[in-house]
Amino acid sequence: MPMGFTTIYWRDMIRFVRFKTLLVSSLLQPALWLAFFGIAMSSSFDKLMAGIPVPPGMHVVGYLTFMGAGIIAMTTLFTSLFGGIVILFDKNWGLMREILASPMNRNHIIFGIGLSGVTKSFIQAIIIMVFGILIGAAFFAGFSPVDIIVGIVGILAFVGMFALGFLFLSAAIAISMESPEGLQGVTTLLTMPIFFASNALYPTDAFPEFLKILSVYNPMTLLITGIRYFVIGPDFIALGKHYQYTQSDILMSYLGLMVFTALMFVLAWWRFKKAVVT
Amino acid sequence: MSEQVQINDLAIIKVENLEHSFGEFKAVDGISFTVKKGEIFSFLGPNGAGKSTAINILITLLAKQKGNASVAGYDVTKDPQKVRESIGIVFQDITLDRDMTVWEILEFHGRLYNMPREERKKRIDELLHLVQLDAKKDERTKNLSGGMKRRLEIARGLMTRPKVLFLDEPTIGLDPQTRMRMWEYIKGVNNEGTTIFLTTHYMDEADQLSDRISIIDQGKIVISGKPWELKNTLGQDLIYMETNDNEAAIRLLKNLPSVRDVKIKTKGFVLMVNDDGTKVLPIVIDTLRNAGIDTSTINLKKPSMDDVFVFYTGKEIRDEPTGKAAFLTMRPGGR
Repeated sequence: MPMGFTTIYWRDMIRFVRFKTLLVSSLLQPALWLAFFGIAMSSSFDKLMAGIPVPPGMHVVGYLTFMGAGIIAMTTLFTSLFGGIVILFDKNWGLMREILASPMNRNHIIFGIGLSGVTKSFIQAIIIMVFGILIGAAFFAGFSPVDIIVGIVGILAFVGMFALGFLFLSAAIAISMESPEGLQGVTTLLTMPIFFASNALYPTDAFPEFLKILSVYNPMTLLITGIRYFVIGPDFIALGKHYQYTQSDILMSYLGLMVFTALMFVLAWWRFKKAVVT
Repeated sequence: MSEQVQINDLAIIKVENLEHSFGEFKAVDGISFTVKKGEIFSFLGPNGAGKSTAINILITLLAKQKGNASVAGYDVTKDPQKVRESIGIVFQDITLDRDMTVWEILEFHGRLYNMPREERKKRIDELLHLVQLDAKKDERTKNLSGGMKRRLEIARGLMTRPKVLFLDEPTIGLDPQTRMRMWEYIKGVNNEGTTIFLTTHYMDEADQLSDRISIIDQGKIVISGKPWELKNTLGQDLIYMETNDNEAAIRLLKNLPSVRDVKIKTKGFVLMVNDDGTKVLPIVIDTLRNAGIDTSTINLKKPSMDDVFVFYTGKEIRDEPTGKAAFLTMRPGGR
């Protein structure tokens, strides 16, 4: 039974827990986003929205709850896009030559890195959910215990698939790059449109046409749709907009993420097949 | 017929007309050689001679372009997986994760090669003992000295009990005592039966360690043989002389039966002699005196690997002081 990817996973997790500052900051950072950005924005948005009448019987959620889903997605995006950096370090100063000269199939490198990135994202997503509830986000409000369990599983399924896709992308970029600065530049460049052309912080209805199209096919939007469905519910009002998700909407979003992840895997597989490190 | 099979069996690395270019630059230009099972074989050459390119093809990190190469009986292009399973590698630069411990580095390697848990555990203990790093087992590699890092890498290369261990410049950047100790480890490993393929640009290293050496320069093998054979090609002894009429002296001495060749230097010349230098020297001096030529300087010595290298490549490796200058060194204008 080949255990190549578990070896890569094991080694990456050693690094994750060993660098204490990195560990703490990566766990603290999403909580801080939620605490500062979330509370600041929600206090002003909720005041603005207070005057707008709401149809009776509707489930209205505050901005903190609305953007909490966006923060989970954002954290996953950042963590995953930078997740491949270990490959670059290994290539320049570390173990990559040893790994490439070993009999292990190169796909195991991609999967190992993917798996450790997904683990990190799971931990972060759970921290945000717990911390969000602590500071007053109405996550899982009105859910039965079974619904909550289904919700958490659903969120992790979405986060996992999305993280895997961006980790594959990150790995593909990292193995093709020469310097950490290059990777940082490319990922920063990618983060901006992916994050802001999505429904993470605001509804996308008022977007100009081209941005709207971009946001519909944006994996980030697909992820956030999934998270909101599982953490808030299929029918709610936020920022004065009525959100309704059917089960097939959610299924389509997940399928979209799967297609994205599969494409990114092919990209990574191709880059690793070509990789020459001497 | 049976002997043929045996010879094939003994050739653990076989390379025929290997060529490799990077763009216009031919890094390896049609080299052929065999390494016999159980020997220490060295590639000796200056930086950029093509040593690492050749090694990278043999360890399957670089795709072969032209020619044939097999390691442990497997073709590097057709059976790269089998080649990888049969070899151990110590890379030219340190390739350790600074933040992993000594034990983790070896454990990672064992897992990478799919070794069973029990065997990994046993092998790690054995190897840590062999390279005397038992006490450093839980130390992170960034806290190790240069020599310890190299020893750890050698242990890693031996984890899977490879048939061939590739060592690419194993002692680069180490102090003389540590280098000497590394040689002892390498010899020890070889005595246990592991074939060793070594690249180096240290003359003394190649001379001390190798059963056979190929001198490689500008992508070509210029000469191969046992260390003493290579040195003997320069004659038994070298005599360096300065006289008041070098041209006339050379004309006279070239015809002496025991003088094999003469190399012209800036201020003098070197005679490469076939017989014992102490016997030839009186004849040389007599010959010159009879012709009325005055000799101002004489020096007699055995050819060293440095001399062999300079003789066959026409250049000296300058970037690392070896303690003694090559006798046959060509100075600018002396060519």
